[in-house]
Amino acid sequence: MLLTVRTLTKAFPGTLALDGVDFDLAAGEVHALLGENGAGKSTLIKCLTGAYLRDGGAMALDGQPIDPRSTVEAQDLGIGTVYQEVNLLPNLTVAQNLMFGREPRRWGLIHTAALRTEARALLTQYGLDIDVDRDLGSYSVAIQQIIAIARAAALSGKVLILDEPTASLDAREVEMVFDVVRGLRERGLGIAFVTHFLDQVYALSDRITVLRNGRKVVTERTADLGRMALIEHMLGRALESEVVGQSAEGAGATTQPMLHFSGTGRAGAIEPFDLDVGRGEVVGLAGLLGSGRTESAELMFGVRPAQTGAARDADGPLDLSSPRAAIAAGFGFAPEDRKTDGIVADLSIRENIILGLQARQGWAKPIPRSEQNRIADDYIRRLDIRTSGREKPIGDLSGGNQQKVVLARWLAMNPRFLILDEPTRGIDVGAHAEILRLIHDLTDAGLSVLIISSEIDELVAVADRVIVVRDRRHVAELSGERVTADQIMRAIAATDADGAAA
Amino acid sequence: MSLLRRIAPQLVALLILFALVSVVFPGFLSVSLNDGRLVGPVIDVLKRGAPVALLSIGMTLVIATRGIDLSVGTTMAICGAAAAAVIAAGWGLPAALAVALAAGAAAGLWNGVLVAIVGIQPFVATLILMTMGRGIAQLITEGCILTFSDAGLAFFGSGTLLGLPVPAWLWIVGGLGVAALMRRTALGLLIEAIGINRRASALAGVNATVLVIAVYVAAGLCAALAGIVVTADIRGADANNAGLWLELDAILAVVIGGNSLLGGRFSVIASILGAMIIQTIDTGVLLAGFPPEYNLVIKAVLVLMILVLQSPRIAAEWRLWRDSQRASRAAAERRQAS
Amino acid sequence: MNTRALPLYATIAIFLIAYLLCWLQFPNILSTRVIGNLLTDNAYLGIVAVGMTLVILSGGIDLSVGSVIAFSGVFIAVLLRDTGLHPMIVFVLLLLLTTAFGAAMGFLIHRLMMPAFIVTLAGMFLARGAAYMLTIDSVPINDPFYQTLQSAYWLMPGKGRLTLIGVLMLLTVMAGMVIAHRTRFGTSVYAMGGGEATARLMGVRQGRTIVLVYAFSGLMAGLSGIVFSLYTGSGYPLATVGTELTAIAAVVIGGTLLTGGAGYMFGTLIGVLTMGLLQTYIVFDGTLSSWWTKIVIGILLLAFILLQKGLLRLTRGRLQGAAS
Repeated sequence: MLLTVRTLTKAFPGTLALDGVDFDLAAGEVHALLGENGAGKSTLIKCLTGAYLRDGGAMALDGQPIDPRSTVEAQDLGIGTVYQEVNLLPNLTVAQNLMFGREPRRWGLIHTAALRTEARALLTQYGLDIDVDRDLGSYSVAIQQIIAIARAAALSGKVLILDEPTASLDAREVEMVFDVVRGLRERGLGIAFVTHFLDQVYALSDRITVLRNGRKVVTERTADLGRMALIEHMLGRALESEVVGQSAEGAGATTQPMLHFSGTGRAGAIEPFDLDVGRGEVVGLAGLLGSGRTESAELMFGVRPAQTGAARDADGPLDLSSPRAAIAAGFGFAPEDRKTDGIVADLSIRENIILGLQARQGWAKPIPRSEQNRIADDYIRRLDIRTSGREKPIGDLSGGNQQKVVLARWLAMNPRFLILDEPTRGIDVGAHAEILRLIHDLTDAGLSVLIISSEIDELVAVADRVIVVRDRRHVAELSGERVTADQIMRAIAATDADGAAA
Repeated sequence: MSLLRRIAPQLVALLILFALVSVVFPGFLSVSLNDGRLVGPVIDVLKRGAPVALLSIGMTLVIATRGIDLSVGTTMAICGAAAAAVIAAGWGLPAALAVALAAGAAAGLWNGVLVAIVGIQPFVATLILMTMGRGIAQLITEGCILTFSDAGLAFFGSGTLLGLPVPAWLWIVGGLGVAALMRRTALGLLIEAIGINRRASALAGVNATVLVIAVYVAAGLCAALAGIVVTADIRGADANNAGLWLELDAILAVVIGGNSLLGGRFSVIASILGAMIIQTIDTGVLLAGFPPEYNLVIKAVLVLMILVLQSPRIAAEWRLWRDSQRASRAAAERRQAS
Repeated sequence: MNTRALPLYATIAIFLIAYLLCWLQFPNILSTRVIGNLLTDNAYLGIVAVGMTLVILSGGIDLSVGSVIAFSGVFIAVLLRDTGLHPMIVFVLLLLLTTAFGAAMGFLIHRLMMPAFIVTLAGMFLARGAAYMLTIDSVPINDPFYQTLQSAYWLMPGKGRLTLIGVLMLLTVMAGMVIAHRTRFGTSVYAMGGGEATARLMGVRQGRTIVLVYAFSGLMAGLSGIVFSLYTGSGYPLATVGTELTAIAAVVIGGTLLTGGAGYMFGTLIGVLTMGLLQTYIVFDGTLSSWWTKIVIGILLLAFILLQKGLLRLTRGRLQGAAS
């Protein structure tokens, strides 16, 4: 084995990100590393590249124990990384980027002509014939990714870690990058490949390792692991157990229509889709990360304005061009990334709860302090937010409680349509169940909910209807009896040909 | 009394400074009533500190949104020149005040639009007006010091109202007014939310664009008032020197007031106290018989000290130390209990 | 062609067109005499702008340079007046001092993780205060060696004088070009301006680079102070107030992106000369007032910032268009 990792453990306050993970990488193989968000993929990679120091376990390269303490050190050992965001400098030329830190010099100064020749020679190996004196930023992301791969391979030469390098590429560009990766595999590099696109896993990888909740679930040859089995491993449930949704008791049939989205879409984000939401209905959006499920929500809430399509309710067309407009239309949105998009960290729980309400009322009509206290205390009690008091900064709360505060912010505004993007991510089991129960209570009171989740069981438990998103398209709609984990997973796993049939 | 706790460090610093200055200049705190006006070094501090105190009000709001306004000093010059020019043209006092305030608001609007709509970094955006502004002020005064003798306008610089100098009244009333406006309405909360996390605030429906423009307009209006005070005090508009480097003093006042340059929680009153601390140092150095040149070095050392205290890294290390202390104390208590 | 170079071409074009227009009105403006004066009068600004360019390329800012220039003049004048040291020794002492001062600011910026502009603001107060503490008067310099340096020039054809300080400025710009474009340190500076996190991933030693950048700016400010004292023949603590802003403006008009990572040393020279040309034109015209310089500089500043903002959007838009 080129690279061996044994019982790797890494803890962060409150969570065990990696729990005794084993991972092997052979020379001349592409090894796909899979798992949903929070599974531990990025922590594993960061331990390998020296960005994190591991808490326990051993790593060895060519049989020698290694302990990289920085990305530069890992690179010197022979481990190079290419990230989803091109980690090169767009403001330097291609040649400068390729040769950064090891520029050929003459009399102490950079030898520009030699720099150019060496850079060109390096790129020729990858079949790339471009002007190396142009700024990197003037080339497409695909070319930039290939340049990043070329740099990483040239610097490290043994292990190459590709962390979602294809996330923003189209099919032709992906193929271009894959050709480069296959070339490196033939040259004997060990390549660890992280992606969310299953088609790419099957197109490129030799072996697959699946992580879930910080543990290794399975390592298997790609040829021996079927698509269905792979998704079962990733989502952590077997298909046999048929849990029928509690809500699929026919409630879906009686809802009266409330909102209609038709042809809503945006280039590069999600293809135009139609969607109806009924009063008191819970619509689930299923799909793997990066499938376009978050983008669908962002379009509906005006975070990114839709380029095509329109939304309307019983009274006529709705303006959803900005979050403020969407809020005025009675929408609410609890985003996926709580820390950057949800909470306002230094403000207190009370202030975070009333922020949306206050923004809607306008600055001139402050909510009286007693009223604020009443609202805050009310939601702290109703959502069971664990805190020593309402004046505590929200940044000090645990993830689950932060999520409840963000929910409280929207509930206080009494919306008619609430979009929840991964509302239970990173939340302990108890809080998890509470939030799902809460969604039930809310819909009983007439609120409509769109819920995005990676956890199929969760969708089955709460959703009346589930839309499946794959490859930036809404590919299937399941309702009533068909809202089962089995059906959802089949739709997620389907290739395009079966998708049309489903 | 959360307000009192918030401004306690500034109050204590001010009191210590008062004591220090009194040691080297015993008459510092003596105030006498002379001709219906209070006279004394402390009153002088209140009056001379007025321009920076006024600027620091607007600057606090701008910094709370994670911005900075480098142009307020030159805006002072423009507004002062505008007021003097209107008076010289014989349009009368109300017109002069209105034109000066309108000029300040326009300058703020310009900055605000560049920051909030065009999307230029605040530092860069306000640098443009900082560079250009003195030229505009000189254009108005045509390069000379535009003097006037209008008693009405001069009243804003050297007049007395109920014993106190008018400039002192301006910043006291202005500061308390703005502080009350921020806390009695929801403005304070919304501005802080933008400063801490603009994206999350916008997603919660806060109209960040309009609010950011508004704080720059407020800074412009404060600069206009400061410009009127300075111009009225010397009965002339000096386009070259009015408000020179006062933006830096104003930023310093905000920082001394314990407000983070990274935005978020703010206190207008603490900033005003910061301005008074700066002025007390200026006056104190003078009264103590040092040459006024020592001012700058003292200010520089002060800024450095505050920077070290405020720096994220030092804060993190301090928190680490405190937590470890707490942990060991808790462990000791547990040992005792068992 | 690189879009990054567009502002440089715009700068050169604006300078040439402006020169042409001036020449059409005042044919005398295209004489070696005027050109020689343009270089001499702006020598101190050009030198300090070289240091500022590097700082801005790295994504920082240095507000202390104007005060450092004033301090340098006073330091030289007082030392020459009160000690028997040879001016060359005084120069070396001064350059060591200002370089260390810059390095100290760089160290604080890196260690405290505070915005460069507030740290160098404190440096600005400190340097100006130190100058005041040395003297508050204008101190004339009567050293014979100084007079030799001051009167050193090369007579160009057409009776124009290429002075020592003018040549020094051109040499400094060339040295700046080599450092910025032909050394690994220069590439690291661009990398820092392009994105600190990425630069770190690529192996830039961040702390060392920041300290060196501000040390270089301090060195340039000290050199500029020497040139300024040669130019004025005295040291005055109130001199060169606001020179940091003029230098920043020259750098930006020279096509350098104020947020860092893009720009050319040569552009800064053109930026300085453009500003000098404006002033020369106003002198030639005789009826125009000096404040128009500031207003035109402000407008140029805005134009360049908007141009770069537009270019950034254009590149991004084009890439997105290609991706979708």
